[in-house]
Amino acid sequence: MSNEQQVNHGDHDSESEIQPSYYASRAKAIEALLVQKGVMTTNEINSEVNAMDSKSPADGAKIVALAWLDDSFKTKLLANASEALEEIGYKLPDETPYLKVVENSEDIHHVVVCTLCSCYPRMLLGRPPDWYKSLAYRSRVVVSPREVMEEFGLRLSDDIEVRVLDSTADLRYMVIPRRPLGTDGFDQESLAALVTRDSMIGVSDPLSAHF
Amino acid sequence: MRGVHDRGGLPDDTPINREEHELMDWERRVDAMHAVLGSKGLRSTDQMRRVIESIPKDEYEQMTYYERWAFALETLVTENELLSTAEIDKKMAELMSE
Repeated sequence: MSNEQQVNHGDHDSESEIQPSYYASRAKAIEALLVQKGVMTTNEINSEVNAMDSKSPADGAKIVALAWLDDSFKTKLLANASEALEEIGYKLPDETPYLKVVENSEDIHHVVVCTLCSCYPRMLLGRPPDWYKSLAYRSRVVVSPREVMEEFGLRLSDDIEVRVLDSTADLRYMVIPRRPLGTDGFDQESLAALVTRDSMIGVSDPLSAHF
Repeated sequence: MRGVHDRGGLPDDTPINREEHELMDWERRVDAMHAVLGSKGLRSTDQMRRVIESIPKDEYEQMTYYERWAFALETLVTENELLSTAEIDKKMAELMSE
């Protein structure tokens, strides 16, 4: 560990950066050398950046919307997500960790965390949000999930069972939230527009049909 | 003993900071370099975890997420002898004087 420049970020949960940090300069030097030595090319790095940039919660939202519309797809998705996704043309990369999709209902509410770090279904939702990686979320949601969800504006009635799912490097979770009322007759696109990233993590509900 | 990374249930009354920052270029590129090394069999998630999870507690808690990733990147490429620390020091000095 280098101690040459320990930047004190004050709020340790904040991922925000004010100035090019020691690590930013360090990373730049490492990149220049890896390219110079032919370990990798700038193109390879760029295309990886673009590949991750192109993934967003919109992918997960389309899948949730389809699950709301098509019961047999939903059943398959809950049983074996990667097979169900492949059938609709979503080929997950070979090195993708096991993906488990769970469904919220009127009796059970799931919320996802990675207490050890930041494991997240990047293949369907893109990069995880800052708060998901924060020490506060990781420590608190497993002991006080209702309190944490309230901070996100979600108040669950006491008779709903809350299940907190702790992701790992080998197992990622995505939540199918409850379909909003008043959406009968909505097509996949209009439903997907209601599905937020946070609702697929489980910390909030989808948008309401009337906004 | 509980590892520094093992946060579940630790006493913490900090409200969740829901503010999100747009990733900076270097953060995206660190993320990408890990992925490219992985695709070439030069780095695994388990190796990266081992490095990040052995960061001393005070530093772990002060570093931002991608600082930990950058630290892991450097540790793994030097352990694999793809690069040396001296080379990285020299290149960094060069880049900073530009």
